Amino acid sequence: MQSQCGECGKIRFKFLYLTFMHILALDTSTEYLSLALKLGETILRYDELAGQSHSQKILPQIRALLDEANIELTDLDGIAFGAGPGSFTGVRIACGVSQGLAFGANLPVVGVNTLLVLAEFSLKESAASKVIACLDARMGEIYHAAFEKCDGVWQETSASGLFKPYDAPLVTGDDWVGAGSGWLTYGEQLGAIYESQLKASLPSALPTASSILTIATPLFEAGLGQVAHEATPIYIRNKVALKTAERALLVKTNGQPRK
Amino acid sequence: MLILGFESSCDETGIALYDTEQGLLAHALHSQVTMHAEYGGVVPELASRDHIRRALPLTENVLQLANKTLQDIDGIAYTQGPGLSGALLVGISIAQSLAFALNIPTVAVHHLEGHLLAPLLEANPPKFPFVALLVSGGHTQLMRVTGIGDYELLGDTLDDAAGEAFDKTAKLLGLGYPGGPAVAQLARSGAPRFKLPRPLINSGDLNFSFSGLKTAVLTLVNNNAQNNKQNNSEKQLDPQTKADIAYEFQEAVTDILTLKCMTALRDTGLESLIVSGGVGANSRLRERLNAATEKRMCTVHYPRLEFCTDNGAMIAFAGAMRFKEIRSKEMQAKEICHPTPENYSFSVKARWDLAELQKP
Repeated sequence: MQSQCGECGKIRFKFLYLTFMHILALDTSTEYLSLALKLGETILRYDELAGQSHSQKILPQIRALLDEANIELTDLDGIAFGAGPGSFTGVRIACGVSQGLAFGANLPVVGVNTLLVLAEFSLKESAASKVIACLDARMGEIYHAAFEKCDGVWQETSASGLFKPYDAPLVTGDDWVGAGSGWLTYGEQLGAIYESQLKASLPSALPTASSILTIATPLFEAGLGQVAHEATPIYIRNKVALKTAERALLVKTNGQPRK
Repeated sequence: MLILGFESSCDETGIALYDTEQGLLAHALHSQVTMHAEYGGVVPELASRDHIRRALPLTENVLQLANKTLQDIDGIAYTQGPGLSGALLVGISIAQSLAFALNIPTVAVHHLEGHLLAPLLEANPPKFPFVALLVSGGHTQLMRVTGIGDYELLGDTLDDAAGEAFDKTAKLLGLGYPGGPAVAQLARSGAPRFKLPRPLINSGDLNFSFSGLKTAVLTLVNNNAQNNKQNNSEKQLDPQTKADIAYEFQEAVTDILTLKCMTALRDTGLESLIVSGGVGANSRLRERLNAATEKRMCTVHYPRLEFCTDNGAMIAFAGAMRFKEIRSKEMQAKEICHPTPENYSFSVKARWDLAELQKP
């Protein structure tokens, strides 16, 4: 444990601190309950097809991971969660649990865009550095974003948005990998848009907690964690109901023309 | 014991701190009424989105008001149902994970039990047993309350709730939302002129029915509407007629509620009545019940006006009562008074009958 960098004690302290950073990551934005606990270099994982039972399982499984690591919640340096897009209820469970844990244990929080998590997952799975991430948004739509890893940093080359599959934004260049449930449901339509620009597709890619850890760790190291009440879901689909005035307008334009 | 309470079952985020020795220390509320008004009703998804923004800032606010820290809290109470499942889930996930982090026990509270016990937050609360009238936009129930979690249903509405009848009447009279206070306000300038029925008033039991009353109001509105001068196809009520209908409607509802409450007191032989829920805020109802109970030598108790609608204080209170019972049972059994071991698994009970409620 002697100074390896040969610089001042403060830097050496920071180096040690980074190595042993303890972070909990969680995702409930899909049908999976995905948890990961980082203990320095070691990562403990828990992934389960939970269906609708995330709320029953999440805290007992977090307890099991902490027990396995033989640490307490207060030994952590931060909590990271999949902020969405995804199931509205699911992302709120992850966000609410992160808020409660972080508030109670006085820890910083980082919310990560699940589309970016899909890109990170694809990098790990198949060394993809150019990823078109698509999640099935139901109602005939997809959440879509494109990411490219340049100089070790993910760049969002096509901003996260909600699209009809046939309206998915175009990308430039080749060697793209398609990732996420959107490719499972709308593989044909998306394939027709990107054609030869695609190298491969990973329709079973998931926003896993261990990929969240990879993205969130440098953010915690840089001191970019937020306080608990700032943890916010990313919904993207923001139009969820019509106002009374909008409904009236709809009736007028779609209904029988009046004199 | 210091208990933190979370309420998020519909369109109000309520947080409160209740101490079993010192009473209510602080409470905070955020109402989403104006947000939903633009949509003509509560949009569940928007309600959930607002709850998750508000819950922690309100909690911080309450701790500050009470001059307490998280470490002072001994237990957390939360509304588990009934209500909107997405909205409930926000409060539950924060409550459970906060309790997990603080290593303290939680208790699930039935939303209506919160309302039912709200009058006990006031000075000189009645002692068990008593009769309770739970009257709101969703409920019109008479209950015999023997203790915490020990409720016997004496009477219920067969169709609409009393508050629902107020809302529908407000709509028929062209009044804004929320309808109850609007009808009550208008009734002040009304006078006895019309006669509406008092459904089930002589039924001999403690059940209610309000849908016929609503139909009678509709008939009254149609029979008294004048042709609009500008537009012949639309009929209108003159302002005095409107006020007179509101007056008679309120008289009919308060007649029924008062009579059934008195019948319940007589049948049970109990001497205290508590009234809770949104309609319990109606001043004419309070006037009538005050007079009627005085005549019977009984007492009547209401929550303060702000606790007639959804709030965190009633949840913290109901939770505290349950914690207290659990604690005293542990003492009697001479078991270790450690927080009950729990694994913090959580779930919503969007539908939950009050009669299914267990004693602590």
